[in-house]
Amino acid sequence: MHLLALNFPGIDHIVRFEPIFGKGSIFEFNKVALICVLATVSTLIIFWTASSRGALVPRGIQNIAESAVEFIQDGIIMQTMGSEGMSFLPYLLALFFFVLFCNLTEIIPFFQMPASARMAVPMTLAILTWIIFNAVGVIKQGGLTYLKNSLFPPGVPPALYILVVPIEFISTFLVRPFSLAVRLFANMLAGHILLVTFAVLSSALLEGVIYFKPIVLLTGLALVAFTGFELLVAFLQAYIFTILTAVYIGGSMHPEH
Amino acid sequence: MALHLLAEISGADQISFGEAISAGFAYGLGAIGPGIGIGYLVGQAVQAMARQPEAAGMVRTTMFLGIAFTEALALIGFVVFVLLKFA
Repeated sequence: MHLLALNFPGIDHIVRFEPIFGKGSIFEFNKVALICVLATVSTLIIFWTASSRGALVPRGIQNIAESAVEFIQDGIIMQTMGSEGMSFLPYLLALFFFVLFCNLTEIIPFFQMPASARMAVPMTLAILTWIIFNAVGVIKQGGLTYLKNSLFPPGVPPALYILVVPIEFISTFLVRPFSLAVRLFANMLAGHILLVTFAVLSSALLEGVIYFKPIVLLTGLALVAFTGFELLVAFLQAYIFTILTAVYIGGSMHPEH
Repeated sequence: MALHLLAEISGADQISFGEAISAGFAYGLGAIGPGIGIGYLVGQAVQAMARQPEAAGMVRTTMFLGIAFTEALALIGFVVFVLLKFA
């Protein structure tokens, strides 16, 4: 589609990257994989340096790490699972920071690509969460009781179970991981496309004829505003991914009442 | 001129034209319901927080959960848009 002869890049052009090394083998390593590795390494570095100091009065990076732990404890675990969910603090903390760094590369110059805009990254995390909440249900309640509690909601007339059980099965075991992954993926992809669109538009207007140039003020301001908005979205989506994981684990920990 | 251009649309162009139109509708129609839902949800949450400020933390957590579930529908519409338009 050529709008005023402006050629927008296709989706392949903005989310697919040439491998840096290992082309053709299973060890293909491209920009998205690099971002994932960097997200893991920076999470490690933050908590390593914060815990190695262990000062009584926290300063700098230790301050960030401690308030993050407190946020996961009070804002996520206590709200959804209660105090018996404290053993999941390391997983949720690592999950939050990994997703956050994968999202934040969307607005960091020279990366400018959220790793979570490739379906493989959120899908892997969602499958990991799916395995964990099912395992927790089987361990805490026992296999059959867990299946019964999650498939047969209490307070439903017995005749309706023919209808309710398949719906519950699909929504608990199939739709949950899918919607968890799609939520993160689609949010980040949409933000990425939005930023690319406005950046391409601004640069095309700047290179165009002279009376198009004043419009750059509008599109450039919109680009800045959307970058700020994407910073908010990056934090919000990391929070939502973590809190939904906590809700699912908490739900299989104690049966519904 | 416009009519002349319309007559020139070939078979392949018609398919991509249909894809573009239906992709736009997929997202546009998919956004209506969640839009109403999120508006209602946040409005009620704000009302709850205003009536009982000491419960604001709990209401906020539940509000984000509700938004996440409601928003998923709109995002599936967006994914269908991407699939129709680009895949």
